[in-house]
Amino acid sequence: MAQRVLVAAAAAFACVSANTAQAETLKFAFQGTLNALDPYSLNETFTLSALGNAYEGLTRRGADLEIEPALAERWEVIEPNRWRFYLREGVKFHNGNDFTAEDVAFSVERVRSEGSDLLTRIGSEVTVEIVDDHTIDFVLPGPNPILHYEWDTFYIMDKEWTEENDAVKVTSASDTTPNYAALNANGTGPFKIVSHEPGVKTVYETFDGWWDDAPHNLTSVEFTPIGSDATRVAALLSGELDMVYPVPVQDIKRVDSNSGTRALTGPELRTIHLGMDQMRDELLYSDVKGKNPFKDIRVRKAFYQAIDIEAIKAKVMRDLATPASLLISPFLYGRADEFERYPYDVDAAKALMSEAGYPDGFTVSMDCPNDRYVNDEAICQAVAAMLARINVKVDLVAQPKAKYFAKVLASGGYDTSFYLLGWTPGSFDSWNILENLVQCRDDSGAGGAFNLGGYCNAEVDALKDKILSENDPEIRDELIYQAYAIANDEVSHIPLHQQGLAWGVSDKLELVQRADNQFKFRFVTKN
Amino acid sequence: MLGFAMRRLVQAMIVMLVVALLAFTLFRFVGDPVNQMVGVETSLEQREALRESLGLNDPVPVQFWRFISNAAQFDFGTSYQFRQPVSDLFAKRIPATLELSFVSALFALIVGIPMGVYAGLNRESAVSKLFLSVSLVGISLPTFLIGILLIFVFSVNLQWLPSFGRGETVQIGGWWTTGFLTVSGLKALILPSITLGLYQMTLIMRLIRAEMLEVIRTDYIKFARARGLPDRLVHFRHALKNTLIPVITITGLQLGAIIAFATITETVFQWPGMGLMFLQAVQNVDIPIMSAYLLLTAFLFVSINFIVDILYFLIDPRLRVERA
Repeated sequence: MAQRVLVAAAAAFACVSANTAQAETLKFAFQGTLNALDPYSLNETFTLSALGNAYEGLTRRGADLEIEPALAERWEVIEPNRWRFYLREGVKFHNGNDFTAEDVAFSVERVRSEGSDLLTRIGSEVTVEIVDDHTIDFVLPGPNPILHYEWDTFYIMDKEWTEENDAVKVTSASDTTPNYAALNANGTGPFKIVSHEPGVKTVYETFDGWWDDAPHNLTSVEFTPIGSDATRVAALLSGELDMVYPVPVQDIKRVDSNSGTRALTGPELRTIHLGMDQMRDELLYSDVKGKNPFKDIRVRKAFYQAIDIEAIKAKVMRDLATPASLLISPFLYGRADEFERYPYDVDAAKALMSEAGYPDGFTVSMDCPNDRYVNDEAICQAVAAMLARINVKVDLVAQPKAKYFAKVLASGGYDTSFYLLGWTPGSFDSWNILENLVQCRDDSGAGGAFNLGGYCNAEVDALKDKILSENDPEIRDELIYQAYAIANDEVSHIPLHQQGLAWGVSDKLELVQRADNQFKFRFVTKN
Repeated sequence: MLGFAMRRLVQAMIVMLVVALLAFTLFRFVGDPVNQMVGVETSLEQREALRESLGLNDPVPVQFWRFISNAAQFDFGTSYQFRQPVSDLFAKRIPATLELSFVSALFALIVGIPMGVYAGLNRESAVSKLFLSVSLVGISLPTFLIGILLIFVFSVNLQWLPSFGRGETVQIGGWWTTGFLTVSGLKALILPSITLGLYQMTLIMRLIRAEMLEVIRTDYIKFARARGLPDRLVHFRHALKNTLIPVITITGLQLGAIIAFATITETVFQWPGMGLMFLQAVQNVDIPIMSAYLLLTAFLFVSINFIVDILYFLIDPRLRVERA
């Protein structure tokens, strides 16, 4: 048997050109930088994506985002409150240490310690019990069917290595020196990080001792951050790099028409939406005094119906967007197709405005970031122009994300009347949406902290709590459906679209573009 | 002399203080740093705790005092993004910026001076007119556009030169990295240094041309010609030498400008120097890096001016007489 495998491998090897014999280096660029290597110091897609090539979680996600076993071979819920994970045997860290249940228990404590930015990965009430070297139990305060949904980015660290190097405490933002784990990595993943200069270059090499069969043919990977859009695209076109992302929408055609490169596009998971202040008795930025027009469902619905989403898709997003009817991507909720957008209808919108007592419209300020989402400012300008048709005058305040978020989030006192925001549920699950975007909140942000408009419905909140502890998937989906239906009927928010992903890829490369915008080297082959 | 130097020194320190104060005030308006340091799902309590631990909740004068007293001891704090001391980060980035600035200045001089001499001597020739038109482009086109054009022609279309980065670098000692010793390092230097030095090159060219036109008309040149000296000697020994005095002053001052304003060139070419780090810091509200960079730039200009002042004092007897 072993011999046959060898022969097959040799044949496969011979089929691929002689090139494979030499080192295959993947060179790629992203617009942002990879700062600290500590897997718990920043909960951000690119950082987790880049570190996820060196580190692994108990679970991982495949090409279509399905949950797969990784460091855990399998798991089962043995009692409603007790999950048992059977860990993979024979797994080694890059430094040669064995992977055991001790490492998992250590990582759990570290990820929920002070200074960690990934506290949402596991609750503080969950207790961990080591059964034996390769079996570990998680005891929960109540049932939670999505316990492991975010664990593909909860990376397991080596207890011995971390303690030896005095890096048990997560480097927090206020520390004056980075600890060892922020500058070095020691995971179990298919690639090890051999050098890391923050903001300049990071080099990976293949880890020969990886437990899984490597589908890729790379020997090393070089990552360079390139902030300037034009330079990033030029570096791909000139053949210096094999892959760059993101490609600005206006350059997609250029990358496609160039021989030797192609643009890979697809819908992302993030949903862009508009929100309206429904909490204050009088809007902060409007000429309507003494009352809040957004408290009236008819006004919210009129805004919704006045927006021509197809025009935004075609003109602003150059077709690189998928209009959304919910605050969640249809990839992440099976019954999303049962919802439809309110139709674009200016006359109906005008009628609704008249009915609500605003036949002549009103003035309202809109807050918008201009460097956070794809064409964010342009979307806001389009929305402002469309609302003008129902006599609503929008004063657009578009500013850099650092200023925008400081104004509209809780820390700025939710200082907004009308805003644009994008959201990806970290757990890839609807509960996260309901918890963060739809749940009632108070002035300090307790509750739905990113429900900036303060939409509130006790019924939705009750459903949300049930969803968290419901173990039966079908009943759960039904509860989610009910919650979304109420929010949709009441126009809690105006969902716009899922923006598109655009990666620029050399024709020499085969890879997998995941909808969560994570770039996994293990799927890459280079010819 | 000592009194003069002391007065200048005090003035220089006041300038530094004012810059520090301005920088510090400005940064209160660039946005919330905490937001850039954590992921979206981080809770409000955690954000508040972080703000507290960074000292962002202290009264403004307290924050300013802390900043100034630390800066006086060359401690610029810890970068919010990289979580490393700012002084270490700058030390790592300075070689890249200095090498680029040095090559740009060299390019400006080596190309600018001969072009200027030629245009001064043959003011009516077609080539001189071409030089002048080219120099107009150099002065009027913004740096980032020149950079992108060069990338488009030499990297994307001709594929001769790299479009980004420093190429292979070699470590010298514990603290310096150089791109001078490898082929890819030298190739990587060409486009950015042309982009960065083009403005200075045109400036020098125009300056030399104007000075040459002036000098050529003077009596000692006529006299040198009358003595029957060969043109080459007249042009390069007598004329050029006398045009160089203002050029040297300008070049010195412009070197400061090249180092300080490499920001845009570094961004276009992803050149891993201080300017690039500064721009990334602005986007991420990394206040320690921003303030350190501004202070460093101010320090550069203040010291160049200080040295120039002292030199003038030594060279120009009139200044000395006035003080006496």
